[in-house]
Amino acid sequence: MLKFDHVSKVYKGGKRAVQDLTLEIEKGEFICFIGPSGCGKTTTMKMINRLIEPTEGSIYINGKNILEGDSVQLRREIGYVIQQIGLFPHMTIQENISLVLKLLKFSEEKRRTRARELLALVDMTPDYLEKYPHELSGGQQQRIGVLRALAADQPLILMDEPFGALDPITRDSLQEEFKKLQRKLEKTIVFVTHDMDEALKLADRIVIMRDGQIVQCDTPDEILRNPANEFVEEFIGRDRLVQARPNIQTVEQIMNPSPITITGERTLSEAIQLMKHHRVDSLLVVDEKKVLQGFIDVEIIDQKRKKASLVRDVVETDIFTVEKHTLVRDTVRKILKVGMKYVPVVDDKHRLVGIVTRASLVDIVYDSIWGEDEMTKIG
Amino acid sequence: MDTILPFFSTYGSEMLYKTWEHLYISLIAAALGILIAVPLGVALTRFPKAAGFVMGVLGVIQTFPSFAILAFFIPLLGVGKIPAIIALFFYSVLPILRNTYTGVSGVQKSLLEAGRGMGMTGWERICYVEVPLAIPVMMAGIRLSTVYLIGWATLASFIGGGGLGDYIFSGLNLYQPEFIIAGAVPVTLLALLTDLLLGKVEGWVTPKGMKKMREAA
Ligand SMILES: Nc1ncnc2c1ncn2[C@@H]1O[C@H](COP(=O)(O)OP(=O)(O)OP(=O)(O)O)[C@@H](O)[C@H]1O
Ligand SMILES: [Mg+2]
Repeated sequence: MLKFDHVSKVYKGGKRAVQDLTLEIEKGEFICFIGPSGCGKTTTMKMINRLIEPTEGSIYINGKNILEGDSVQLRREIGYVIQQIGLFPHMTIQENISLVLKLLKFSEEKRRTRARELLALVDMTPDYLEKYPHELSGGQQQRIGVLRALAADQPLILMDEPFGALDPITRDSLQEEFKKLQRKLEKTIVFVTHDMDEALKLADRIVIMRDGQIVQCDTPDEILRNPANEFVEEFIGRDRLVQARPNIQTVEQIMNPSPITITGERTLSEAIQLMKHHRVDSLLVVDEKKVLQGFIDVEIIDQKRKKASLVRDVVETDIFTVEKHTLVRDTVRKILKVGMKYVPVVDDKHRLVGIVTRASLVDIVYDSIWGEDEMTKIG
Repeated sequence: MDTILPFFSTYGSEMLYKTWEHLYISLIAAALGILIAVPLGVALTRFPKAAGFVMGVLGVIQTFPSFAILAFFIPLLGVGKIPAIIALFFYSVLPILRNTYTGVSGVQKSLLEAGRGMGMTGWERICYVEVPLAIPVMMAGIRLSTVYLIGWATLASFIGGGGLGDYIFSGLNLYQPEFIIAGAVPVTLLALLTDLLLGKVEGWVTPKGMKKMREAA
């Protein structure tokens, strides 16, 4: 779908930002460019929509040399998300989202419908359409920034550190949301980041760059298993290499499949009995179909037992979960980063299927260290 | 009091006429100024090197005494309304030009990149991004320059342009204070009213999102 053929960029003043880059990207692929600051990621990306013109080489989209057509037309067919978000402050969210459609001369009505449709993709209600960017949180603004790039249903989207300016928790949820969106919409995405966690989580293939050249281009698993050289190893970081145990893949494989649960109709004293019996300090609350509702713990019960008597009335619904097909390494990072004691595992209908605790993660980390030692002994 | 009423009964309709004359001389000059200075200001942002030069030259012209400029036009264009309007127009250009330039070049680079990246042509960027975002600054220049023009238009009478300046000058020449007042008071009122009106206009043309943003800040 997208092909770089011996592309170089030399800036005025002689700076070689990109050197002889050759790369082919498949339709529907999610490609992350990563590398130290100044290695030429942004330059490479901007050559795709001709915000920067290559000095040498050619770039093809679906077999067509992009340098031969009209650059404005080209850009309208490529979604573009910038790090600074860049929403227009004088336009409503609706106008911001559908601006490309306006350039493409779609009718007002079509634009409105499309904006509404897109907003629904990120679970934002239609009343945001009439708001202005400054009335939104940073995370919401960046969601709109992404939607704007999807408006004309462009098959190819370029994103330059789109989540860089967000706080870690917002970034995390946006990444997840975006990955889902990408799978659903089957877009080809070129994504620049300097965050290895982000690249590992999102990318189908990661392109590691250094001084304008590709050092390694592989799937996240392959890069973790076989880093091309020391530069890559260092760039990934030792701790991540440990997490990359090849035989363990998804959360489903390591979770404890029978977490202690309770239903909302039970009383608080029953809950305490149950906790005492199993020697745990919190319980997951599910309904009769096993759909996860939230959790309760001793602290909550202690605070609310005077006012309420049923589990249903005190259940804390703000709970972090992972999907059972999530990769273990993502979950590990999340648990370690957010500092949670456990994470409930759910299926696609939000039914509880298991639980991953810190203890189960410790086992994996021990295993892999032990495994590695043994390897050295043999070698 | 007893001098005012007879004055009005004698000169009332003439005063109205002169006020009207005064107003349209200044407004035509201001309108011409906007028509020329706004596009020029936008154009100058494309050539930052030339911009410094043009602003410098205009800045120097602006320091010439108004009388000198008016006198300068007499041999070229003769006397009457047209030369007066042209001279005033010259005065209106700089503040509008400067503010347009400042406003447009102050637009965040990231917004321009977003616009370019989504496939806006240069013209679309000007219409959808640069000008709307520069409007508050541009309007400040237009307001200032229009109000000044109303004051300066008094001098138009000096080259036969008419307006309320006629009263002020004849009052000065014949030492008749009531004429000076009959000229000065309407000029001041006109300036105040115009400022008020343009304030309203500024409110209408400023994009709603920016107003809200300023309120929130
Ligand atoms: N317009 C320019 N003129 C001259 N040199 C430039 C220009 N833009 C970028 N460079 C240089 O080219 C090199 C690559 O820049 P680029 O912006 O592609 O890096 P990057 O990988 O995106 O870095 P970062 O992670 O900091 O964003 C850098 O050394 C930079 O200084
Ligand atoms: Mg960059």
